[in-house]
Formats: sequence, C-alpha cells, structure tokens
Amino acid sequence: MFTAGKGRLVALGAVVVGAAIALSGCASADPLSSGGDNASGSKATLIVGSQAYYSNTIVAEIYAEALENAGYKVTRSFNIGQREVYLPQIEAGKIDVFPEYDGSLLQALDKTAAGGTSDAVYAALKGKLPAGLTALTPAAAADQNSWTVTQAFATKYNLTDIASLKNVTEKIIVGGNSELQTRPYGPKALESKYGIKIAGFKAVQDSGGPLTVKALVDNQIQLANIYTADPNIKSNNLVALQDPDGLFFPDNITPIVSKKVDAAAQKVLDAVDAKLSQDELVSLNSESVNDKKSAPDIAKAWLTSNGLLK
Amino acid sequence: MNIFAEGIAWLFDPAHYGGVDGIDTRIGEHIMISVIVLAIAAVIAIPVGYLIGHTGRGRVIVVVSGGVRALPTLGLMILIALNVGVGLEAPVIAFVVLAVPSILAGAYAGFDAVDRRTIDAARAVGMTEWQIVTKVEIPLGLPLLMGGLRSASLQVIATATLADYVGAGGLGHFLFLGLQTRDYPQMLAGSIVVVLLALFSELLFAILERLVVPAGVRAGERADNQEDVRAKSVRSRTATG
Repeated sequence: MFTAGKGRLVALGAVVVGAAIALSGCASADPLSSGGDNASGSKATLIVGSQAYYSNTIVAEIYAEALENAGYKVTRSFNIGQREVYLPQIEAGKIDVFPEYDGSLLQALDKTAAGGTSDAVYAALKGKLPAGLTALTPAAAADQNSWTVTQAFATKYNLTDIASLKNVTEKIIVGGNSELQTRPYGPKALESKYGIKIAGFKAVQDSGGPLTVKALVDNQIQLANIYTADPNIKSNNLVALQDPDGLFFPDNITPIVSKKVDAAAQKVLDAVDAKLSQDELVSLNSESVNDKKSAPDIAKAWLTSNGLLK
Repeated sequence: MNIFAEGIAWLFDPAHYGGVDGIDTRIGEHIMISVIVLAIAAVIAIPVGYLIGHTGRGRVIVVVSGGVRALPTLGLMILIALNVGVGLEAPVIAFVVLAVPSILAGAYAGFDAVDRRTIDAARAVGMTEWQIVTKVEIPLGLPLLMGGLRSASLQVIATATLADYVGAGGLGHFLFLGLQTRDYPQMLAGSIVVVLLALFSELLFAILERLVVPAGVRAGERADNQEDVRAKSVRSRTATG
C-alpha cells in the first residue's frame, strides 16, 4: 500500500464529502489543538483521529462510540489527510487513538522494513513505534494492496495466487496509479520474482477506485491494484489473488494509542477489534459506498449488532 | 542544488528519453491529444460561430458556452470516463468542451466586429450572402478567430496534463508520478515541458496569424496608427473590395 488511503480521497470524493458533512459538527474542533484536560472527572478525554479515507473514518467512529459507551469523553479529529500529515501529530501526543494499518505504518516508520506475515509485521511495528505510543492487538480485518483480476479471467486461467498468473497466455495490461510502477510489489516485481510477462501499463490514477474497476471489468486492463476491503471486489465479481509469499505488507487494522488510553480503554478497543473480521470490514465499507450511510449510523448499528454497546 | 536546477537536470538526463515513459514519447502524446482536440473543437465551433455572427441570431449560445468554461474539466473527464472507460475518448471529449467556447467566441466576435457599413457596401456592389461571408466577413474576422484558437490551444495544452488520469498518456504522467512519489524535480521537469509547449503554440499561432490574415486587414490595423494613411488605405480598399 503506498500509504493507506493515499489518493483515495479523489476516488471516493463523494463518499468522503458525505462523511465530512455528516461529521462537520465534530470537525469544527481544531484537530491539532491540544485536548484532554482531566478536569471532568476520573476518566480522560480522548482524542480519536482518522485518515481522510472513508473506511478509516468508519473504524475511528466505531472506536469513538465504543469509548463513549464506556464512559470516556471523546473528541473526534477525523479526516486528517494522509499519514505524512497526521503521524507527527500522533507522535506529539495530540491524538490518543488512531486506527492504523500496521504494514503501511511500519513502512512509514522504517523504510527498510521487511514484509512477512501479519504477526511478523505487528512485532516489527511494536519495535519501531516512538516512545509513548502503543500498538494494540490488530484486528483480523485488513485493508491492503492486492493484485486483482476479474472472476472470468481467474476462471479462464485457473488463477488462485499471484504466482499462478504465469498460466496466462494472453497479454496482461496492468492498470493503476503511475507510482504503482515504482513500488516494490509493482509490475517489475511480478516479472522479476514470478516471471510473469507484463505487456504494458495503463495509468488510471484513482487508486483502485471506480475507474480502475470499470477498466478491469471492461477488460481494458487485466490486472489492477485494488484494496482488499473494497466492496467493489465483491459487487463486481473480482478476485484478489492470494499472496502467500508476502509480496504485499499485511495491513491489519491496528489501533495506535497514547499513554492517556488506560487499560480499561484498551480493553474496550480490543473488544471492538476482536469482532472486526475481514467480512465485517468489507460490509461496513459497503454500507458507506453502496448504501450511502453516514459513518455514525454505520458505527452505531455495527456496535449494537455485535453487542458492544451497553 | 535547488529544485529548479534539479528539474532542469532531470529534463536533460538522457535516461529519461525513449521508451513508453520517455519525455519524447510523452511530448508526442501530449501534442497528439492537443491537436485532435483543437481540430474537433474548431470543426464544431467555427461554423456555429460564423452562423451566429452572420445572422446575428442565437447570441445566447455564445454566452452559454462561455459559462461552460466554468465546468471543472477533471470532474467532467472522470464522469465521461465512468461511461466510456479509460483511454483517449474521455479526455478528448472533456477538452473539446473546454476548447469550444474560446473558438466559438473568436469566430462569432470576428464576424460581429466587422463594420456594418462594410457589409452594406458589399451588399450594395451586388455580392451574394455567400460572397459576403467568404470575401468580407471571414477575412476580416480572421484576427479575432485566430485569437480564439490561440487561447483555446493554450488552455488545451495546459489541461491535457489531466489525460494521464484516465490512461491517455501525455505529459501529465510526470506530474502525477512526481506528485505521488514526492519526486518534485520530475514534476517540475514535466511542468517546464508543458510551459515550453504552450510557448511554442503561442509562437506558432503568431506566425499563422501573419500568414492567414490578408494583407489588407493588417494594413487596416496599421492604418489605425495613423502612419502613411493614404498608401495603406489604397491597399485596404483593393483587398476588401
């Protein structure tokens, strides 16, 4: 993943704008102002942040409502752009809870990090986090890069994992953002690591959004980089190829918390993440993309149906 | 080294030429897109502009098309691409929408600016409507039409950088890739090439303008400067009569 959510603002502009309107009440608070005075009783006010990426905002809203339910005061600082923008704020202790993607965060903190299994990435991340920050247990849900093809293409060439792309006898045109060509998991890696012949590259700069999906469905491109939690994969009959060799960094949703998040609050977040499976995340995203529901509505319904609200 | 010097250095690095992502290839695509767009826009806008200018009816079309300029081209292009798919069609249609108003206004204004007395005189000497259009209005309107084409060309060359968003190539490649990988020298190099193309287009149209505008019209313009009025007015009469 280039940085989780990078450029997706463009692709999902409408959704994000919708979320922004829905959350405008909260957004009026200065996201960068220091908060969390302890005056209002025993429990601290916690600042929950999110990326400018609709799916991330939904997860942040779930965290926020779960914490509120447990008696914490919560200030929401949602839609704070990309990792380059918000990471310094987290490091400075100005945000207390942030739903992150462990592989992408690890790569942001350590450019030379090696990939690997989810567990390995999580372990490596814990060693790289700045002092004062903690990575809680990752959810099973991940939103990461994938090499995705249509179901018809997968069936025709019996494709299951990335390596099986070698079976393909027709030309493979890869579509995606320009920078995909320069990524360590890009078309060049497919050629050098797996010996897959890539016939060309077509730039579609919406980060796996609707244009990319359409190009794939229309067979203008055969292989695209689409995030695994994208509901378009299901609704357009696409197949994200398995990645047994860890070409992509696993990107499980992992709350990054500050010292102000005490053990009880951590338990609340752990309880949420324990329920957040891959299918749950996709269906949460689908409620936003396909059903156009607002993040607070989606969050409340999900928490209620999972018995996480008292 | 400052970023500007790095951008220039990027531009002159031989490794950045040749192949699908070479500067030369991308310039070729960029020019191709711009020329196609201008040609289509001209074929649409010039006859319509002339018709409105000659008949004086439908001026509202010129006004409305001027308003169309406010359409965000990126949004329009994505909207079209969601229907026709990625490739050349979506950007070409979106850029034609961008280019038409300038050309239409130029064509219309060129006719509209012709002195009514000149047209009356042409009619009085027995010219048909067609002759008035082809021998009076078109030649006299050429400077303004060329102005419209010139500004349309400038807009299209600058905006054609968006084409790479939907896989149509062009110099936008360096801007998108540079932005997303924080390779600012590359972005700057791409921008410099776009600026050079734009300047080249200005120069080309300046030359074209001199070539296509009849001597009499140019003479008329110079006559406005009150230099050697008699000699010019003689030529002016022969050219327009």
